[in-house]
Formats: sequence, C-alpha cells, structure tokens
Amino acid sequence: MKYILTSIAILTLAVSAWAADISKTGLSSTPLDQNAPPPRMSPQSNDDLRKARNYPEQPPIIPHKTEDYQVDARVNECMTCHSRRAVAESQAPMVSITHFMDRDGQFLASVSPRRYFCNQCHVSQHEASPPVSNSFVDVDHVLSQPQ
Amino acid sequence: MMSRLKRLWNTLWRPSVHYSLAFLTVGGFIAGVIFWGGFNTAMELTNTEKFCTGCHEMRDNVFAELKTTIHYSNRSGVRAICSDCHVPHDWTDKIARKMQASKEVWGKIFGTINTPEKFEAKRLEMAQREWARFESNDSLECRNCHSEKSMDFTRQSLRASEAHQRFLVSGEKTCIDCHKGIAHELPDMRATLGQSHPPLAAAGN
Repeated sequence: MKYILTSIAILTLAVSAWAADISKTGLSSTPLDQNAPPPRMSPQSNDDLRKARNYPEQPPIIPHKTEDYQVDARVNECMTCHSRRAVAESQAPMVSITHFMDRDGQFLASVSPRRYFCNQCHVSQHEASPPVSNSFVDVDHVLSQPQ
Repeated sequence: MMSRLKRLWNTLWRPSVHYSLAFLTVGGFIAGVIFWGGFNTAMELTNTEKFCTGCHEMRDNVFAELKTTIHYSNRSGVRAICSDCHVPHDWTDKIARKMQASKEVWGKIFGTINTPEKFEAKRLEMAQREWARFESNDSLECRNCHSEKSMDFTRQSLRASEAHQRFLVSGEKTCIDCHKGIAHELPDMRATLGQSHPPLAAAGN
C-alpha cells in the first residue's frame, strides 16, 4: 500500500513538473498563452568590410545595411550596384556568374529569374549576440583533426 | 464698341473727381497687401500635405509609399512633406512649377491615374519627369536640407563616404543620380535598358 501511494505521489509530481515545463517552449520563458515583450531591434551591421565565408559554398553575407531595399516585380535595387554594368561605377562585387546560369546549366545574358531574390541566400548581419550557442567549427579545423 | 473703350481709357487717365489722392494711394496700398497676402496664402495652402493627400491618387499611392521611408519616419523626427521635395522654394521657380501643375489638375479631372493599374502604367513616365527636374536644377530640393558642405564624411559608412567624395564633391553627379527611389517605390525600368545612360541599371542585368 505504502509502495503504491509513494508511486502515485512521485507520478503526480512528475506530471505537474512536466505540465509546468511544457507551457514554456523553445527559447522563450513566456507561457504560451501570453505575449512576450518583443526584444529590442538591433541595428544592421554597416562596416562594408568583406567577411570570411564559414565554408566554401556559403553565399557571401552582405556587409552593409539593406533596409528598405526594393526587390520586387518592378525592380531589384541590389542590382543598382552589383549588376554587370554598374560595378565599374560602384566598385561593388559583381553578381557571380553562377547567377546567370539556369537550372540546366545554360548561361543566360542576364541574371536568371531563379536567382532574382538576393535575400534568399545573401543576408545582412545584425549587431546581436546569438541567443543559443552552437558547436560549429570551421572546415579547416575539421581537416586538421587526426583521422 | 471702339468709342466705349476710348471713354474708359479717358476715364482711367483723368484725375479723380470724387476720391482724394490719399484714399486712392493708401486704399490702393492696403488692397494690394490684401491681394498679395491672399494670393500667397492660397498658394501656400496648395503646398500643404493635407492638400496633397486630399486626393486618393496621392494618398493611396505615393504618400503610402513615403510612410515607410526615412523621409517620413526616423530617429530624430525631422521629416519632409510633399512640397519640400516637389515644389521649388524660390518664389519665381515656385510660380513656374505651380503653373506646370495645372496639368495635374487636368489629370485629376479626367482620372489619368485614378486606379492602381493606371498609376502603375504611368509610374515610369512620372518618375522620369521628376528625375529630369532634379537633374536640371542640381537636386536643389535635396540640397535645401542636405548640404554637402555640412556633410561629415567620417561619420558616414565607408561606402557612402567614398561614393560622396568621388561623385558628389567632384560635381560629377547630383544627388538624384544615385538616390532614386528613396522616398517612393521605383518604377519598372526595363524599358530604359537599351539607353546609353540608363537612369539606374535595370533589374536582372
């Protein structure tokens, strides 16, 4: 009898602890039925210095602000500096030749429609500390490890 | 007919019989002040944001677009209204612009841009007209607030500082050459792609 009572007590405690815990999900400590105060918006980095890629295939990140850049059916404002013809004036890096390639590997005369939306791959950075840590290491670090 | 005109002419040039010289000069002066003040007040009224956004063509298109930009909302709360950029501040230039604007009254009456589709169809033409105006007056309306002499290039980003020193200080370009579409959305400029001096490198090139 005593054994059963103890089991029930432990089970009740465990379930209540779990129930209390499930109401807090993810990174937020706010219960699901409440709105957390929004975090302060951090400014976009704007130092214009090229950053190292973390792995060779990484789309280069944008080292400047892109707030309010118009990229829609009418116009792509990124191209005012990064298009083939604009780089002589802007001295910005030209949009990579891979962006002229369609999905069959054929090079087009202008940027392929599938590469039109720059922000699908290239992003500006914010001056913010990451909310979660991660264990990412550079590929060179992996290569230098003994096999 | 001719004789009546002649009589009027003679009356105008004959000395006044009933009114004193003081009444005519002082009265004329006061009437002049009232007319001049009234004229300018009425003209200034057409320079207000309330007047410009009184029509849905402006309120729902260009004014709505302006609201998301730095010229409407920013950290210091200094903002530009329509006329700050689109109407010259000098009196003679202002009158000239206001006379041109009578064409816009025509457009309003006949609904030239009274639907979003019509507005889109005219967007490039209207934008190019404004760009041409800014280019021909060396971006005067920008410079009413933004003086290159007061620009501290060290406080600008590297990119902005270099570009301003290369193009602005040298006089090679004027503000609008690079800063198109900062207060309103840009039009589709693919039609200008073949031109030797495209207003902006068009999309997808």
